[in-house]
Amino acid sequence: MASIAIPKQGGYSRPLILEWITTVDHKKLGILYLYTSMFFFAVGGVLALLVRTQLAVADNHFLDNHAYNQIFTMHASAMLFLFIIPIWAGFGNYLVPLQIGALDMAFPRINALSYWLFPPAGIIMFSGFLVKDGAAQAGWTAYSPLAKTLGTGMDLWIIAVAMLGVSSTIGAANFLVTMFRMRAPGMTMFRMPIFCWTMLVTSVLSLLATPVLASALTMLFIDRNFGGNFFDPNGGGNAVLWQNVFWFYSHPAVYIMILPGMGIISEILPVFSRKPLFGYKAFIFATMGIGGLGFSVWAHHMFTTGAVLKPWFGFMTGLIGVPTGVKMFNWLGTLWRGQLTFEPPMLFALGFVSMFLIGGINGAFAAAVPVDFAIHDTYFVVAHIHYVLFGGSVFAVFGGLYYWFPKIWGRRLNDRLGQIQFWLMFIGFNLTFFPMHLLGLDGMPRRIATYNDFNNWQLLNMISTSGAFLIGLSMFPFAAAVIMAFMKPKDQPNDPWEANTLEWATTSPPPVHNFDEIPEIHSERPLFDLRHGTHSNH
Amino acid sequence: MAAHGATATQHKEPLSNGMLGFILFIASEVMFFGGLFAAYFIARADSAQWPPNDVLEAMKAAGTSGPNTELKLEVALPLIATCILVLSSFTVQWAVMQIAKGNRTGLIWGLFISIALGVTFLTMQMYDYSQLPFSSGDTVWATAFYTLTGFHGAHVGGGIIFMTVCLVRAMGGQFSAQHHEAVEAASFYWHFVDVVWIALFTTLYIVG
Repeated sequence: MASIAIPKQGGYSRPLILEWITTVDHKKLGILYLYTSMFFFAVGGVLALLVRTQLAVADNHFLDNHAYNQIFTMHASAMLFLFIIPIWAGFGNYLVPLQIGALDMAFPRINALSYWLFPPAGIIMFSGFLVKDGAAQAGWTAYSPLAKTLGTGMDLWIIAVAMLGVSSTIGAANFLVTMFRMRAPGMTMFRMPIFCWTMLVTSVLSLLATPVLASALTMLFIDRNFGGNFFDPNGGGNAVLWQNVFWFYSHPAVYIMILPGMGIISEILPVFSRKPLFGYKAFIFATMGIGGLGFSVWAHHMFTTGAVLKPWFGFMTGLIGVPTGVKMFNWLGTLWRGQLTFEPPMLFALGFVSMFLIGGINGAFAAAVPVDFAIHDTYFVVAHIHYVLFGGSVFAVFGGLYYWFPKIWGRRLNDRLGQIQFWLMFIGFNLTFFPMHLLGLDGMPRRIATYNDFNNWQLLNMISTSGAFLIGLSMFPFAAAVIMAFMKPKDQPNDPWEANTLEWATTSPPPVHNFDEIPEIHSERPLFDLRHGTHSNH
Repeated sequence: MAAHGATATQHKEPLSNGMLGFILFIASEVMFFGGLFAAYFIARADSAQWPPNDVLEAMKAAGTSGPNTELKLEVALPLIATCILVLSSFTVQWAVMQIAKGNRTGLIWGLFISIALGVTFLTMQMYDYSQLPFSSGDTVWATAFYTLTGFHGAHVGGGIIFMTVCLVRAMGGQFSAQHHEAVEAASFYWHFVDVVWIALFTTLYIVG
C-alpha cells in the first residue's frame, strides 16, 4: 500500500511572491494562467477599440497605415495566442485534476514550464512595438512573401508564437497523461465530465497540429534570416506552401479555441436546467468527430488560391458541420423542459448557444466554394470568426468565470452585475459584428486602414464601432463584480450551484491536496448521486 | 493469487506515466518533421525540374547565386554516416537490454559506444556541409536540404546530450534492472532520430 505524503498546510513559510513564482500546484498555475490571459484580453481589447476608432468614419486619419497594420495584427495575435488558447489551459489546469479526482497534473514541473513560457512570449511579441519598423504587420496569418519583407517585429512575433507552441504542446501531453492515468477509482473514461473530454480532444489537436505550426514558423524564420527560399518564388519556392502548412495547424487551432468553451457550457447548461446533459456519449463522439475531421478541412481558407482540391475541402467542411449540429441538439435537448434559472453562468451559456449557431451557419455559407469566392477576405469573414470566437469562446470564458469563481476564490460574483454585463456584452457584440456581414457582402475588404463612404459603409461601420465601445463598457460591471467579491470574506459552500461534477465535492477553494475525501463515483454525475443517494444507470 | 504474490509486487506497468508522456512528446516531434517533409514534397511537386537547375540558372543570371554553385549531393560519405547511425541504434538497444539484466558495465559501454557513434555521425555531417557546392539560399531545394538535415542534426545533438546524462547517471550507479526508465526513454528518442534519418536519406539521396 503506497502512502501519499500530504503537505502540512502552512508548513512551509516563504514570501508570497516566491510561493507563486515557484509553485507547481495545478490550482495556482491555473489561476496564473487565468490572470495572465485576462490581462492580454484587456490589451487585445484596447487594440480592438483602436481599430474600431480608426474605422468609425470614412477617410479617417486617427491611425496611419503603418500603425493600423501593427494594431490589427497584434489584436488578433493577442486574442488568439495570448488569450483564448492559454485561458483554456488556465481552466483546464484548475479543473481537470479536480474533476477527475486527482491530486495534481501528471507532471507538475512540466506544467510550471508550460505556464512560464507564456508571459515571456507575450512580452517578446509586444516588444515589437519598441523596435524599428514596429511590431508584426502581416496579420495573425503572417502570409508570405509579405511576412518575409517586414522588419524585426516579425521575427519577435515568430519567436513568441513558437514559444507559445512549445508551451501548448508540452501542456497537451501533460493533460493527456493526466486524464489517461490519474483518474480516481470509479472515474472511468466515460464518466469524465464533458469539460475534461473537450480538453482531451483539444490536447490531441494541440499535440499533433502545433508542431506543424512550429515547422512553418521555422521555415519562415529561415526565409527571413538565412536567405531561405521556401516561400519565395524567385528561388523556386512557393507562397501557397506557407498557407498550406500554416492552415494545417490553424484550422485545427480554431477547434483548439472553441472545444473547451463547448465543454464549459456543457457543464453549465445541465446545472441551470436541473437536468443531465442530453446525449452525454453522443457529445463525446461528436467532439472526437470534430477533432478528427478538423485535420481535413484546412484548405477551405485557400479556395481562391486555385491550388487546392476545392470539392474535397468544401465537402469535408460541410461534413464537419454534422458533429457540430449534434452538439446543438445536445444543448437544446438539455434545455428542453428543464427548470431553467438565469444566473449569469446560464446567461452566458445561452449567449454561446445562440451566437455560435449564427457563427456556424455563416461558416457553412463560407464553406460553399462559390460563396467563398465572393466573400473571401471581406468583412463577412471577420463577422464569421467573431461570431465563433467571441460569440462562442469569449461568452464561454465569462460563463466559466461566473460559474467557477465560487470554487476558485471561495466568493460569488454579484448576480445583478453579471446580468448587466451579459446584456451590455450581448447587445454590443451583435451591434459590432452583425453589420460586418452586410459590409462583407457589399465587398468591403478586411485589413484596410480606411475606406470611402460608399453604399452607407460609414453608417454600418459607425454602428459597429459604437457596439465595440459597448463591449468595452460591459467590462466595467465585470471588474466591479470582481472587486466587490474580493472585498467580501470567503463564504461559499462546497457546492453552491447544486452541480454534478467532482470539483464541487471539495471545499471552496479546495485545500492544497484537493480532496479530504473523494466520494464514490458511479456515474458521470457523482455529486448528483451524492445528494440524492441514487445511482443513475450509465 | 498467493502463489503469484511475489511476482505481482515486481510487476511493472507496461508504460509508466513518464514514458507515456515521452511517447506523446515524440509524436509531436514526428509532426514537426512531418511539416518539414510536407514542405519538401510540395516544393518538389511544384518545380519543373528537381533539383531546380532552371531556377538556379535564373538566380545566377540575376547575380543572387554564385557562379560555381551546383545542386549536387555526394552519396558515399552520407551512406557511411547512415550505417554508423543505424549501428548506434543497435548499440543503444543493447545497452537497454544489458541494464534490464542488471549489467551496469554493459550499460555504460553500450551508452559510451552509442554516444561515440552519434558524435562521429555529426562530425561527418559537418564535414559534408563544408564540402557541398551550394549554400542555403541557392534555390528552395538547397534551403529544404539544409533545413531538414540541419534540424535532424540538432536532434542528433539532443539525443547525444540525453545519452550523456544517462551515461553520467549510469556511472554514478543510479540505474538497476528495475529502475532504468531514463535509459529507455533515451533509446526511444535515439531510435526516433534514426528513423527520421533513414526517411531523410531515402528522400534526399535515393529518391532525389
